[in-house]
Amino acid sequence: MTISRKDIEKVAVLARIQVDDAQVSALEKDLGNILDLVDQLSAADTESVEPLAHPLDAVQRLRPDEVTETDQRAEFQAIAPATENGLYLVPRVIE
Amino acid sequence: MQWDIVIGLEIHVQLATRTKIFSGSSTAYGAEPNTQANAVDLAMPGTLPVPNEQAFRYAVMFGLAVNAEIERRSVFERKNYFYPDLPKGYQTTQLARPIVGPGYVDIQLENGESKRVRIHHAHLEEDAGKSLHEDFHGMTGVDLNRAGTPLIEVVTEPDMTNAEEAVAFAKKLHGIVTSLGICDGDMSQGSMRFDVNISLKPKGSDTLGTRTETKNLNSFRFMEQAIHHEVERQMDILEDGGEIVQETRLYNGDRDESRSMRTKEEANDYRYFPCPDLLPVVLDEAFIDEARNSLPELPDARKARFMDQYGLNDYDAGLLAADARLAAFFEETAQHGEDAKLSANWILGEFSARLNAEERSVNDSPVSGIQLGALVTRIADNTISSAGAKKVFEALWEGDGSDVDTIIDAKGLKQVSDTGELEKMVDEVLAGMPDQVAQYQSEEDPKKRKKMLGGFMGPLMKASKGQGNPKLFNEILQKKLDA
Repeated sequence: MTISRKDIEKVAVLARIQVDDAQVSALEKDLGNILDLVDQLSAADTESVEPLAHPLDAVQRLRPDEVTETDQRAEFQAIAPATENGLYLVPRVIE
Repeated sequence: MQWDIVIGLEIHVQLATRTKIFSGSSTAYGAEPNTQANAVDLAMPGTLPVPNEQAFRYAVMFGLAVNAEIERRSVFERKNYFYPDLPKGYQTTQLARPIVGPGYVDIQLENGESKRVRIHHAHLEEDAGKSLHEDFHGMTGVDLNRAGTPLIEVVTEPDMTNAEEAVAFAKKLHGIVTSLGICDGDMSQGSMRFDVNISLKPKGSDTLGTRTETKNLNSFRFMEQAIHHEVERQMDILEDGGEIVQETRLYNGDRDESRSMRTKEEANDYRYFPCPDLLPVVLDEAFIDEARNSLPELPDARKARFMDQYGLNDYDAGLLAADARLAAFFEETAQHGEDAKLSANWILGEFSARLNAEERSVNDSPVSGIQLGALVTRIADNTISSAGAKKVFEALWEGDGSDVDTIIDAKGLKQVSDTGELEKMVDEVLAGMPDQVAQYQSEEDPKKRKKMLGGFMGPLMKASKGQGNPKLFNEILQKKLDA
């Protein structure tokens, strides 16, 4: 399986990560190798294997139902690309 | 052609926890946008979810209340899709090992029959935020306060065959979760949201037809309308020789129309996989026993008690017991009102009609159970007539006074129950109506006599300025006329 330069550039835009041409070439090779490995894994017969929920043999700790978080909206919105009236603004989505 | 209707429901129930399912942010309704959305809810890098124990307790209580198996070891999956009100890019939910396994709920139909609706499973998951599509300079506004609010999604088997059964089930479920206290049941604020799966098949056929899903119905009335609407739409298509497209539809209750949201071809591949941020949750027997011991009285048990303790009939007891808040209001009224049956009549009649007309919930009622109880007492002891009682109720509702006896005095609604005074009025009225008296006395048919007796009541009520006790008037009239 291969990944194209175009795919990498698109993913980079979506992830808001800036990559230059040289990095794209390197990523093309590295990500291609990773995808090959995934293909190899996909070829294994897992028909009768139950999916593993977690590699650690441990159980989840639960938290008491108490409010521990305070309002930090100002800090979070200071690093958001666009906000108004307390809302995060995003490119328009229509259902 | 005759059709069988097949209906299954998916219900999202918002759990009444203080905090979110995976973070310590408050879930209080109505806060300023994004003031209850912290780093975990915003999916900031490096954050880790920690599950809320109370959400599990509530899910277990629900499972026990619907006769379901509880999964001792439950696992969370990621359901991947892209939408701005879901900052992580996936919803943390349960697919393979939901916490609540198969169960059932018995519903009561209007013809008195009972029907069992099977529950396929119920799982824990997180709610998304809200997108506001009003124009923000061509952009969409996102409020993430709701993101991460715990939900249980209840999935039924396709066991319902018409709108009545689906609505009866929805109301029963509402009664169960509000009685358990695990959900506030406030549908106008989205605390319970219904998705309806509908398909049609030729009458008697064993093969299910293609189904559609109508999403996000947030009132019983809209749900009923949406089902009628969708059944008719599918019937029209099938009878014209067309085919139903498997799709998700949105119903607009105000316009009674629906439109396609997405078809199966456009449906997302959610790429479910176990969430690596969360370990399996294992509940021990002590946790489940504790939840079982904390189960409060549920609607079916309450109904039986209302029939037994207050002497209510099956129908009234069922209606009052279904909703935890209405049931509590009834008990408060009955305890202050001496006459439980009369209390039930007032709550199911005047009181409910008024709430419905103003789209209020029981908790927002301007009249308390104590006040209504005092009013019922005054009707039961003949201080006021039922017409007078309606005036008192009106005054209480509008806030023109809060004490029943004071309102009765101020409005001069006290009935005259002094038999001497009433007899005098009867004598005067009868003296003025000799023809009718003669006619009555010559009538042989008791049914007709009874009807003619009513003819004297109008003038009597007029003579007493509406304050004569009608029951006593009736007795005196009969005594005098039959003498």
